[in-house]
Amino acid sequence: MARKSFRQAISEALTLEMERDPRVVIIGEDVAGGRGAPGDQDAWGGPMGVTKGLIGRFGPERVFDTPISESAFIGAAIGAAATGLRPVTDLMFVDFLGVCFDQIFNQAAKFRYMFGGKAVTPVVIRTMFGAGLRAASQHSQCLYPIFTHIPGLKVVIPSSPYDAKGLMIQAIRDDDPVIFFEHKAMYDDLDEVPDEAYTIPFGEANLIDEGEDVTIVALGRMVQFAKEAAKRLAKVGIRCTIVDPRTTSPLDEDTILEAVEETGRLVVVDESYPRCNMGSDIAALAVEKCFAALRAPIKRVSPPHVPPPFSPALEDLYVPSPARIEAAVREVVAYAE
Amino acid sequence: MQMNREALLKAYRDMVTIRRFEERVQEEFSKGSIPGFVHLYAGQEASAVGICMHLTAKDYIASTHRGHGHCIAKGCDVQGMMLEIFGKAGGLCGGKGGSMHIADLAKGMMGANGIVGGGPPLICGAALSAKLRKTGGVAVAFVGDGGSNQGTTLESYNLAKVWNLPAVFVIEDNGYAEATSSSWSVGGDQLDRAKGFGLLARRADGLDFFAVYEAAAEVIGHAREGKGPALLHLMTSRFFGHFEGDATTYRAADEVANLRRDKDCIALFRRRVLEAGLLGAAQMDEVDREAETLVDQSVAKAKAGAMPSATDLLTDAYFSY
Repeated sequence: MARKSFRQAISEALTLEMERDPRVVIIGEDVAGGRGAPGDQDAWGGPMGVTKGLIGRFGPERVFDTPISESAFIGAAIGAAATGLRPVTDLMFVDFLGVCFDQIFNQAAKFRYMFGGKAVTPVVIRTMFGAGLRAASQHSQCLYPIFTHIPGLKVVIPSSPYDAKGLMIQAIRDDDPVIFFEHKAMYDDLDEVPDEAYTIPFGEANLIDEGEDVTIVALGRMVQFAKEAAKRLAKVGIRCTIVDPRTTSPLDEDTILEAVEETGRLVVVDESYPRCNMGSDIAALAVEKCFAALRAPIKRVSPPHVPPPFSPALEDLYVPSPARIEAAVREVVAYAE
Repeated sequence: MQMNREALLKAYRDMVTIRRFEERVQEEFSKGSIPGFVHLYAGQEASAVGICMHLTAKDYIASTHRGHGHCIAKGCDVQGMMLEIFGKAGGLCGGKGGSMHIADLAKGMMGANGIVGGGPPLICGAALSAKLRKTGGVAVAFVGDGGSNQGTTLESYNLAKVWNLPAVFVIEDNGYAEATSSSWSVGGDQLDRAKGFGLLARRADGLDFFAVYEAAAEVIGHAREGKGPALLHLMTSRFFGHFEGDATTYRAADEVANLRRDKDCIALFRRRVLEAGLLGAAQMDEVDREAETLVDQSVAKAKAGAMPSATDLLTDAYFSY
């Protein structure tokens, strides 16, 4: 099996699905790039080059550059989805969703329910998230808890190239609106990725390691950090189970709860703001449904309740690190029952 | 429109300072000494300076992601800006904002902005504030051709009109919204759009400082006199990419070389004032050297500056909490 980047994995998923289904179209700012300009007409392929080559392969009737008008083009994608197309949009940075949130959470998310089950809105909104690139407060947020909060949306956060491809194909074939989160520091990550199409179902967590002492639930890039922490902890005899939910909506509660039942200790690592985030959601789940199994207070590892700072000195302190995860695990293990 | 020598020299100094600043930021970024994203303003100096020459500290501007030029033209401290871009504690925003969020409210600079179309609604607020507080101030939004297509911008035209605000929208049309040509992405004509909302609308060559300066006098004067909002559409061009690292393959091969040779707004300014005998070459050479020194010193101090401390991470999210 070939090793492929996160970028290439998503690009393959898009290519395969565009070949398979003529209703799949790509919509976004500079998803080709160069429209109307004198030079290259596929100059960008999106901000990270994920959609590069698609306009050459599928033509301008399948790949649509847009003016910088997020409210209009995201809304148009939603309208197109409700009327027979299957658009995959590129919203660059999740922070920009602030510009077009109404179309997502009042329109796309609610059509099916409000219309008594008659609407189908198969739209995928791809968007970059996460800190680490010194991109400052308006280009580094995570924001997936906000979308997880809204009934009617599905929320996907792949942590590896393999998962990214399978989850993207699932997202495109899914009949509900899907917000697909791509961590901006992960595009060059490499992984074994099959050439053919495959799907990873939503709501099925990935059980990465199984150790009896502590359960670590982590999302996106934090899965890698949790693995690093677990590796160091194994050297001192602390064995961790790592659960990657892969989708926060739907959430695989069973796998999380089974792991907590086994270990009795839970650390949740979430790169989003600490208030009302996935850490608090999953902690509440554990307390509600397996309280008796808990042998120590739950620890949440997240940034502080401030926007992502620009300065490297501050951003490095801001993002949860393997060292902070390790410390949290040691703390729950040291807790005297 | 007549400008005295002092004003001409200030215009030249501000433009040259922006140019040196951006060239050094480009150089330092390419060497890896500046973190994050930078979007450079070089080439468009006549626009920021031609507008801001008509503004004082009581007037507000809102900028874009390409904000360094607006900051300098509005009087932000060059040293403080450079420290900010390097992420240092002494920066204008304490290192928390960086290139995309430089702001100095005391100078009437409401911030560079990471969100395209983020500024126009804000200047409606600043204009309302000026009107209610009777400061005599105006508020100006710099908007790119890309930003001109955001709903926030078009909504702001309407709000500024119905509230009869002292607001001015300056569309800096540098030809490209990221990699997409404004000749494709802008439906209709910028002036027709503005007129449709009842704004006074003017267009000028954004690479000709004197054309900008004159047109700015009219639109800003209109707003300041309480006659309502106005729009100025400036045709301009950037020397660099959308951001540093942009390969700019969407541009014609000789486009930037031709621009630098024939349409460099600073060279054009210099030629005009020399030919008219308004400023001397030696005088302007001296300004060049001073700008170079200022920027050199700013970079040296920025490099030597202290990083923010760990406690800074948790401050400033709220006024009180």
